[in-house]
Amino acid sequence: MNVQRSTLIFAWMLLLPAVLYVIVIVAYPLLDTFILSFTDASLKKTTNWIGWVNYEKIFNTTFAEVIIRTFVWTFFSVAIKMIIGVFGACMLNAAVPGRALFRVLTMPPWIVPMAIGIFMWGWMYNGQFGMISGVLQNWGIIDGPIAFLAHGSTAFWATIITDVWIGVPMVTLYMLAAMQAVPQDLYEAAWTDGAGRFYRFRRITLPLLIPSMITMSMLSLISTFNSFDIIWILTQGGPNGETTTMIIDTYRTAIGSKKYGEGAARAVLICIFLSIFCVAYFRVTSRLSAGESNR
Amino acid sequence: MSTQPAMINRYRWYEVISIYAGIFLFLTFILAPFVEGFLVSLKPLGLLFSSPYKFWPENGSFAAYRTMWVSVPGFARYIFNSFFISIIVTGIVLILVIPASYAFARFQFRGSGLLLGAFLAVNMFSGAVLLIPLFRLMRSFGVLNTYFAMMVPGVAFLIPTAIWLLRTYMMRIPRELDEAAFVDGASHFYTLRRVILPIAMPGITVVAITTFIGSYAQQFIFALTFNSKTEYMPLPVGLFAYFGRQEVIWNELMAASFVGITPAIIVIFFLQRYLVSGLTAGAVKQ
Repeated sequence: MNVQRSTLIFAWMLLLPAVLYVIVIVAYPLLDTFILSFTDASLKKTTNWIGWVNYEKIFNTTFAEVIIRTFVWTFFSVAIKMIIGVFGACMLNAAVPGRALFRVLTMPPWIVPMAIGIFMWGWMYNGQFGMISGVLQNWGIIDGPIAFLAHGSTAFWATIITDVWIGVPMVTLYMLAAMQAVPQDLYEAAWTDGAGRFYRFRRITLPLLIPSMITMSMLSLISTFNSFDIIWILTQGGPNGETTTMIIDTYRTAIGSKKYGEGAARAVLICIFLSIFCVAYFRVTSRLSAGESNR
Repeated sequence: MSTQPAMINRYRWYEVISIYAGIFLFLTFILAPFVEGFLVSLKPLGLLFSSPYKFWPENGSFAAYRTMWVSVPGFARYIFNSFFISIIVTGIVLILVIPASYAFARFQFRGSGLLLGAFLAVNMFSGAVLLIPLFRLMRSFGVLNTYFAMMVPGVAFLIPTAIWLLRTYMMRIPRELDEAAFVDGASHFYTLRRVILPIAMPGITVVAITTFIGSYAQQFIFALTFNSKTEYMPLPVGLFAYFGRQEVIWNELMAASFVGITPAIIVIFFLQRYLVSGLTAGAVKQ
């Protein structure tokens, strides 16, 4: 009994520093956001409790539009990431000479400082001198220069492509690891029965990959929903707010205009969406792992 | 028996060609910005702004790599700041995470699963969501516009992944080792320090590398918001200020970017095996 107790105390002693740190830097700010969202906090000295006013304001502005845009942006980004990532994993999984090198070459967008990768995209999207506009013109696909970040519709897709670029390495390496975890004897059995490569892929690889694909797309959904750096560096939410997502709008309201209360209300909405994703993620993954152990 | 996998993996010539074509397409997307960025850094400014667009630099030179030190004042300082912040952040993360991971790996107590879940849930929130209260918090600590303002919040968001990785590693260390030490009369603390830590060193190294890289890669939003002093800026924010100017000297910006990503590239080439195992650990078998 005594041993048990001393063990318990020891375990908590080990955990305490990390727990306290996360409480002060994450849990308390989370609570503070919630409280601030009901006040008119700003740079002024006094702060008043104003109830639901900030939330009412949100829905009287164009914020509904921002929410929809955020979801569309996130959806396309995650979908394209998954398609390119699974494609890349299939290619890198093939037993051809040089594949170890190709795997290393997949990593840079993930590992280098995010902002620096984004600077490079900023140049590529430049209408007058950038590579994309330049190459497309040289090939005669477009007539004149296109400044991709200067028009709403192209800027929207340009920011998605950059986000995809940063997310693809993670998806690729994760899916590659999942593919390599598929038992080799399944392939051998199918091969002995005369199943072709494509058939084996469709009937063995794909079904076994679906749990990993679901897990990865949900993780990707959460990080994409939180994406800030890419849009802020490339367009700062412009032109005409056409790349303004919820995070960008929150940042602009809170840090740009110093309206902490209104910004906090927006942040609370984001947290609600994130918690829904989070619960869905835990449910899906626990169901997937339960299904795994039943097999 | 042993020839079977080899037979299975034998490709016909057109399959090999289409695989290489697929890999080429994929890597073009991944590497295009780096190739373009590097070529831009070699082009003289005049060529850069000439049309029609030319992909290859004619009379390219490394001049921008020399001139940037003059035109980006404080460039060396930005690089130092980036390293300094990442090293301290990694140190704090390790101090917090090593004991916590050991506790999660070894001791089952009421609520331990829930607590681990709570730690992992931190990953769901980006710093951007908590920026307002963090700003107020940093202001009340009186650390705005110091290195601390950039380090302290960053640590919290690196803790969850680090705990997850190190816990997974420590769970693979045989429990008998702890028990043997315990039977010999060693205290819990002694066991952790003298038995577990030395064995867990490779795992700790992986966690240190991934934390360092994570911290180096993600220095943006906190540094942008909580610090306005040029002398404390890490590289991404320092270059962003430069990027935001009216006339961007693109070849120098790209040269500076390449110098800035060198440490990451070195890590990729020398430590990529650890990196992949670290970053995808626990991912497949959850």
